[in-house]
Formats: sequence, structure tokens, C-alpha cells
Amino acid sequence: MSVILVFLLVIAGFAGWWLSHQRLMAKPWLEQGVIGDTIGLEGSTLPTAKIGLGVFLAVVGCLFALFTSAYFMRMALSDWQALPLPRVLWFNTSVLVLSSIALQCASVAARRGQIDTVRLGLATAGLTALAFLIGQLVAWRDLTADGYLLTANPANSFFYLITGMHGLHILGGLVGLSRTAAGAWNGARPARLRLSVELCAMYWHFLLFVWLAIFALLAGWAASFIEICRQLLT
Amino acid sequence: MVDTTPADAIPPAEVAEMELYHPHSWWTKYVFSQDAKVIAIQYSATATAIGMVALVLSWMMRLQLGFPGTFDFITPEAYYQFITMHGMIMVIYLLTALFLGGFGNYLIPLMVGARDMVFPYVNMLSYWIYLLAVLVLVSSFFAPGGPTGAGWTLYPPQAIMTGTPGGQDWGIMLMLVSLILFIIGFTMGGLNYVVTVLQARTRGMTLMRLPLTVWGIFTATVMALLAFPALFVACVMMLFDRALGTSFFMPAIVEMGEQLQHGGGSPILFQHLFWFFGHPEVYIVALPAFGIVSDLISTHARKNIFGYRMMVWAIVGIGALSFVVWAHHMYVSGMHPYFGFFFATTTLVIAVPTAIKVYNWVLTLWRGDIHLTIPMLFALAFIVTFVNGGLTGLFLGNVVVDVPLSDTMFVVAHFHMVMGVAPILVIFGAIYHWYPKVTGRMLNEAMGQFHFWVTFLGAYLIFFPMHYIGLMGVPRRYNELTDMTVMTESAHNLNAFISIMAFLVGFAQVVFLFNLIWSIRHGREAGGNPWRATTLEWQTPETPPAHGNFGKELPIVYRWAYDYSVPGAKEDFIPQNVPGSFGSSREPA
Amino acid sequence: MAIALVLVLVVVGSVLFHFLSPWWWTPIASNWDYIDNTIIITFWITGVVFAAVILFMAYCVFRFRHREGNQAAYEPENKRLEWWLTIVTAIGVTALLVPGLFVWSQFVNVPSDATVVEVVGQQWQWSFRLPGKDGKLGTSDTSNVTAENPLGVIADDPNGQDDLVVEAADLHLPVGKPVKMLLRSIDVLHDFYVPEFRAKMDMIPGSVTYFWFTPTKTGTFQVLCAELCGQGHPLMHGVVMVDTQEDYLAWLGEQQTFAQLSAPQQVGSAE
Repeated sequence: MSVILVFLLVIAGFAGWWLSHQRLMAKPWLEQGVIGDTIGLEGSTLPTAKIGLGVFLAVVGCLFALFTSAYFMRMALSDWQALPLPRVLWFNTSVLVLSSIALQCASVAARRGQIDTVRLGLATAGLTALAFLIGQLVAWRDLTADGYLLTANPANSFFYLITGMHGLHILGGLVGLSRTAAGAWNGARPARLRLSVELCAMYWHFLLFVWLAIFALLAGWAASFIEICRQLLT
Repeated sequence: MVDTTPADAIPPAEVAEMELYHPHSWWTKYVFSQDAKVIAIQYSATATAIGMVALVLSWMMRLQLGFPGTFDFITPEAYYQFITMHGMIMVIYLLTALFLGGFGNYLIPLMVGARDMVFPYVNMLSYWIYLLAVLVLVSSFFAPGGPTGAGWTLYPPQAIMTGTPGGQDWGIMLMLVSLILFIIGFTMGGLNYVVTVLQARTRGMTLMRLPLTVWGIFTATVMALLAFPALFVACVMMLFDRALGTSFFMPAIVEMGEQLQHGGGSPILFQHLFWFFGHPEVYIVALPAFGIVSDLISTHARKNIFGYRMMVWAIVGIGALSFVVWAHHMYVSGMHPYFGFFFATTTLVIAVPTAIKVYNWVLTLWRGDIHLTIPMLFALAFIVTFVNGGLTGLFLGNVVVDVPLSDTMFVVAHFHMVMGVAPILVIFGAIYHWYPKVTGRMLNEAMGQFHFWVTFLGAYLIFFPMHYIGLMGVPRRYNELTDMTVMTESAHNLNAFISIMAFLVGFAQVVFLFNLIWSIRHGREAGGNPWRATTLEWQTPETPPAHGNFGKELPIVYRWAYDYSVPGAKEDFIPQNVPGSFGSSREPA
Repeated sequence: MAIALVLVLVVVGSVLFHFLSPWWWTPIASNWDYIDNTIIITFWITGVVFAAVILFMAYCVFRFRHREGNQAAYEPENKRLEWWLTIVTAIGVTALLVPGLFVWSQFVNVPSDATVVEVVGQQWQWSFRLPGKDGKLGTSDTSNVTAENPLGVIADDPNGQDDLVVEAADLHLPVGKPVKMLLRSIDVLHDFYVPEFRAKMDMIPGSVTYFWFTPTKTGTFQVLCAELCGQGHPLMHGVVMVDTQEDYLAWLGEQQTFAQLSAPQQVGSAE
């Protein structure tokens, strides 16, 4: 359970940092009048939707941290047999990176009001994300064809489970992306469009990060990395 | 003292156009409503309805335990199904949903001075997914093989094997699917509660001016958002084991002479995941109760809550600590015994902030002006049951003392006292307190008195003696206590007594439900602020509050939530939105 | 007003119930009176706290109940009082924790002279295995379980041949000798629990757990399963008899070894 505890420690760090700016030591009964505006104790200046997405991503991160914890605990048992990673995963990774970059461009373009670039970025991001999903399905098919079935070994089960869960999140993101794209083509208000593009980009970057972590986990690098750290410590 | 600005110097809060969803039809106003207050009532009604099912199930269990062999229809299978559904419904579908979905939705926007939750549409979805989860759960009663009988902890391997009711039928699958839906729905609601507190507080409402109710619900929601994924992961993996034949949790097993197709898995892994959710869950239920009861005591004792800052720090501290105590549910699970040292220490450390909260409630009463209204009575009863249940927690948290007591009726008595009876007493107190705001009428006092006395004393008489049955060594989750050497004749009589009390307490809840419905039309008119309380929800221009909560202008907050009996003030309460400074010396001598 | 009286009655009634009621733990039959003592300490500390808090509350409700013209005091906090309460609480909690951890370290560290007994749980009966003359238990694996080899002992392991197998029958233990119970299950979770011994531990399929104790009284004790194991859970009783040394040796002489039990079947299957 160490992975999830480290993750929660990071969250606690954020929470503590935020709380430390909220004057928790103040004696509220001595303070009358409006004190919020002067010291900036009211809500953040970030758009509410971004804060909401941030909280949601913390929950998603928690979910994958827990899967990782379970992965390591199950991995320690004797029947674990690592499976070879399909080559196509490298291709998928690069496609997902491309998708993230495209959305980043769209986001920059939205800030500058270049609607055509926004459209191009959104379309590229959507298509590459779809390509990623198809690539993941190809990886599944390759593994199944090579006899690495879901139930044959817990390493296989985790592979399908975690990649599947990640894929579902991408799929959910695509729903959001398509709504944003609809707005981009049907002339949504620029401020609104900019916000939704930025939200999409944020979500995409986060899922890319999750994917890289998963990839390292499934490839066994995460385990060897932890092993090296452990040896350094002892 | 911070400089106080006279009221007329401050321009009224700029409220641009109300960017809210305006309901157009009956359907969007009362059914598919995006108003947090309507959603709160929907959540509460659904939770109460499913809670009544769980209450009836507990009656069935008490029939069997109190009068063994008398009721043929309670077969061992049925007994285990009742016990499982009772536990799961009460913990998740009633308590969590009612505190966060019900009270959270109603009170957060009103108390922080917001017009609504920040994502009303997502909030509405949250309720409908919750309802779907409840329906899936209920459908398992009618599925072939009936609901699962794996115990509310759903421990594998038995949860998905033939020896357990519903294990190889639909029961366990429907349970897992229902939990997964609940978690998805809850996450949608939870995002709203958290972000609304973060972003939608009205002008002047700093964190340290929030009523403790909001602090409690807010912290509990943050915890729930981080803890429920653990249950989600456990459910998904178990669903894979059951439906697809993987071996996450399933070791090699010989069942009734047959080798199963599983191998190598770890049942302990499930327990870690389950309790990583399960222990924070206890505080997810407790923290809102802590917050609400603080406000009830303060309002009805006409005195500020004692040690407000300490109360806030304690809530945050308990919330953080509760993530590192989970394995105290697993002292005798066969995990590495050295974990016991760590988890016993963390568990007993958490007793300190919890004790501070109790002291501060009691010290709020000291030199107060205590109005013994029904909410106050429930708050007092909460302290009794919570202190009792909290102290028995010190038995079970102290690793070696847990060894003889774990898995006995002592545990059942403990957690019912501390996270069953105590939070439910707060819920009752809160309903008597806020019903006038929700409906505009008071609940009937006579029925309320009857409900209080029977519930409080009855529940105490059920669960206090039950500890001693556990101390005798009687294990929990036995549908038959006959043929057991530790179970004496007199203990059987005690069990029968407990069962009779359970029926009595259950009956009082029927009176309460009747009161809820009867008083909507026949209750005394309440007015806007019958308890003369300071917090913003009592300062709305209309009662019940209309859509948008505060009419044209949002209130501006000038003071903390506990200005009761301020020396030098005309009345014994000053609402949060009243400007100006009162009282010459606010620092106690 | 009534509530103040009732609060006092709740405290008095609870204390009286504790001391006067006939419901108390069964007489102990093992060395774990340390655990009982820790529980007694806990009862005293928590009992005093419970009575103090509730009686104080009852006094407040009585003394400060609303009457015409009353006004509550204005006291946002009292740092010194809060610190004192925190420190006293911390001391009380430490007084509970320290003996608890001390006894726990005894509980998890098995004395070196403890003899080994294996308990195997299955739905819904108890079986046992004792080491033979070599003093060692042979290895086992759930995947080896068959009708002839109900405990899944690995036949190739020479240590296992002389193990005594007690299938679905009573277990006997000698009085006064420390014994390490090795706990194993071949299907679901179980928990080997004898209330008089105070100790218990879950049995997990796929791994071996343990606890140890020294029986201190001869007699017959009932084994209960303390971890939900399916619908037969409440019927999963067993019997442990704690014998004098002579009686124990006599019982031991009647038991069959793994080799004896499996020999005729092996011949039978060869034909």
C-alpha cells in the first residue's frame, strides 16, 4: 500500500499548503467586518471548472495509485509471471504524446483567438486519441493471440484491467472533446471555448502522465526502479 | 482586533445575472431538478426508504437471535443475506448518502452563502446514479439465489463461492455493480460539495467563519473522494475474479472436494483495499455528525462553540490520521504481526483529537443557557452514545485487547454504538432542527419527545448489554447461538430482551416517519428563524428558501458563525450577515 | 430536567450492570491472563472517563438549563484548559497503549520450546496434523488435496510421512506445554477460536498463520469459527481436550500417521 500512501502524502502536501494560506490560526471571534477581499481568502481566481477538474483528477490519480499498489502486492506472490509487452505499445505511446501536443497547441491558439488552429488541434487530438484506443485493442489482440489470456496469470489480468481502465478514461475524455469540438465548429463564445479547450488539454496531459506511469509499471521498470532505490537506502 | 468596517461603506455584493438553470416545467422543478435543495430531498427520501428496508432486515435478525428456532422462514441462508444487506445499506446507502447527499446538498450552499452547487447538472446526475445503484441493490432481492450473504465486508474467497448465498448466483455481482455505481454517483456529488466550499463562498465567508457543519461535511467529502476509489478497485477486481475467472484475490481452493480454477491470489489484498476505504468510511459518517452536533449544541445552548479553532484542527487532523489506521480491522487477519504495533499506535493517537471534540461539546454546555429542545436532547444523547462507543473503540484499537474481542458481539455492539446509533441520533436531531427551514413548519413536539426517549434509551439498552455478550466470547455472524458452551441460559434471555427493545426502537421510527409527513400540513408555522440561529441558512428571505436561495443579493458575512450571547448585544444572537461590532471585551478575562 | 436525571441513571445503571450482571468472560484456561489484565486496565480507565464526562454533562444540563433572564457566558476558548485536557488524555491513552504493545510483543513472539500443531479449516470442519517422531511437519499444498489426502500433504516430503493426521475429530493437547498453532485453510477464511484460550487468528487459504499459547487447565473446550465462512459458519464447532501428560500420550498412540493412512489407498490405486 506504499504507492497509495505516497500519493496521499502528495495530496496532503497540497491540502496543507492551501490550508496554511487560510489563516487557520486566526481567532474568528475577534474579527468582525468583511475580511475576505483584502487578504484573498475567498475562492481562487482560477475558473471554478478548472478547480473541479483538478479535484476530479486527484480522484482519478488515487484510483490508479491504488491499482498500482494492488499490482505490487500481488506481484510479490509466487505465481507471478511477467508478460512481454507488445511492440505496438511504443507506437501507442507516441500517438498519445502527439494527442497531448495537439491539444496544447489548440489551447495556445484558443488564447490567441485563432479559431482555425483550434479546430485543427482538436481534430488532431481526437483522431490520435482514437488511434491510441485502436492501438490498445491491437495490443490486446496480439497478446491474446500469443496465448497470454486474461486468466492465465495475474500479470496478464492486471495488464488487461489497468489498460482497460485507462482506455475507459480516454473514452470519457473523447466525449468531452467532441462536445468542445462541436462548440468550436458551431461558434461558441471565445471565452467559453477557450475554457473547454484548456480543460481538455489538462485532462489529456494528466491521462498521458498516467499512461506513462502505467507503461513503466507494466514494463517492469517501476519495479526495478523501486528496487534500485531500496538498495541505495540500505 | 481587526478593523471593523461600517456596513454602509460596503457596496452590496455584485450579483450579475443569475446564471442558474431556471426550471420550466413540473418535471424539471421536482424530478429532474438541478436545485441542490430538491436533490437533497430526493437523496434523503431515497436513503430513508432503503434505510427502512435495512431496519426491517435488522428485525428479522433479532427475531432469529432472540427467539431461535421459532421462525422457520429465517433459514441460515436468509439470515446471512439479511445481515449483509442490513450492514451494507446502513453504512453506504443510508448514512453516507444521507449525510453527504442529503445534508451536504441542502446545507452547504445555504451555509456558505451560495446560490446553488457549482455544477448543478453533475449534481443532478449524481442523484440519479445513486438511485440506480439503490435499484440494482434492491433488484438482488428478486434475483435467482437472492442477494449476497457474504457479510458486509464481502471477504473473498467465500463471497464468490457456492457455500455463500448469492456467491455463484446473481447476488454478489449485483452488489458489486451497485457499489461501483454508487461510487461513480458519489464522486459526481462529492466534486460539487468540495468545489462549492472552495469557490462559492460568499463575500467575507473565510474558512474560519464556516459553521462546523460545513467543515465536517467538507472534510468528510474530501476523505470520501480519496477513500471510495479503494472500494472501487476492490469491487472491480472481485468482479473480474467472479465473472471472468481471474485470480486477484483467489488462491488455490478445494471446494467440496473439487479443485477450483483459481490459484495464487491473496485474500489479504482484498482486506487491505477494503479497509483502506472502510476505515475512512467510519469518519466519513462521523465527521458530518461531529460538525452538525457542534452547531446544534451551540445554537440550543445559546453559547458559542467552545474552542472553535481546536474543533477545526481536530476535524482536519482526524481526517488525515484516519488514512493510516485501516489495518486495525485486521489485527487477527493473519497479516504480518509487526503491523500491529504501528496501527495500534496510530489508532490510539486518533483518540486524542476525538476526545478534545467531546470535551469541547461538553464545555460548550458549561455556563450556557441550555434550551432542552428536541434537537438538543438528541445532541446530548449523541454525546452519551458516542463517548460510550468511542471508549470501547479503545479496547478494539489496542491490538492485543482486540485479539479475544475481535469477531465477537463486542465488535457488533461497539460499531453500532459509535457509527450506527450516534450518527443516527445526530441525523434525527438535525432533522428536528432544519425541518422548519425545509418545510416552514415545526415537527410535532409530543411525537418528537416520544421518538427521542424510546430511541435513545432503547438503543442504549440494545447495545450496552450486547458488549457483555461479546465479552463472554460469543462470536458475531452466528444465526444460531444454541449448542454453544459460552452461551448461558441467562444470556439467551438477555438476547430476547435485546430483540424486544429492537422492535420497540424500530416502532418509534414509524412514529417519526408519521411525524415527518403529518407536520408538513399540520405542524406549527415556524417563521424564518425559529431557533434564533446565526448561520446564513436561517437568514434567507423566504422559508422554505426559493431557487437561488438568497433572493436578489447574496448575503455578506461580517462575523463568525457563533456569535451567541455576545456581551453588550441586544439579543442573544447576531446573525453572520449583520454588520457592526458589539460588545466591549471579546477576549475573555 | 428529566434528561439530567436520565443521564445520571445511564451512568449509574451502566456501572451497576458492569459489576452486578452475570455476563462476564469465561474462566481463562491459558497463559494469556496478561490480555485479561489489559482489558481490566482498559475498563477502569474508560469507565472513569465515561462516568466523568456524562456526569459533568448531567450537571451542566441541570445547572445551566434555560430559565427566564438567563444569559450564557461568552467564552470562545480557554487555551490552558484545552492543553491540560489534551495532556491528560494523552497520558490516559499512553497508559492503555504501552501495556497493550508489551503484551502484543509476547503474543507474536513464540517461545522456542513450543511444539507445533497444524490446524486445517475447511467448510465446515476442523482437521489437525501433528509432527511425528522427527518433530517436523511435512510441507503441504492445497492443490494436492484429494479424498485420500484431505490435508494436501506433499507425499514426496520425508518429514511428512510420520505426521499424525486427525481428520475431522477432536484435538488433544498436553497441559502446561506451550504450543504453536499453525493455521491453514483449504477453501475460505476461517478463524480458530477457543474463548477460554483468549487467542485467535484467521486462517487464510494459500498461506500459513499462527498464534501460540500454553494451556493451563485440563478439560474439554469448544472450538468456534470466528470468521464468516459461508452458511455453515455457525455449525463449525470442534473440540479441544487439554489432557494430562499420560492421557495425552495415550491419545497420541492411537493416531494414525500420514504414511499409514495413504498406504492402502496407494496399493488400491495401483491395481
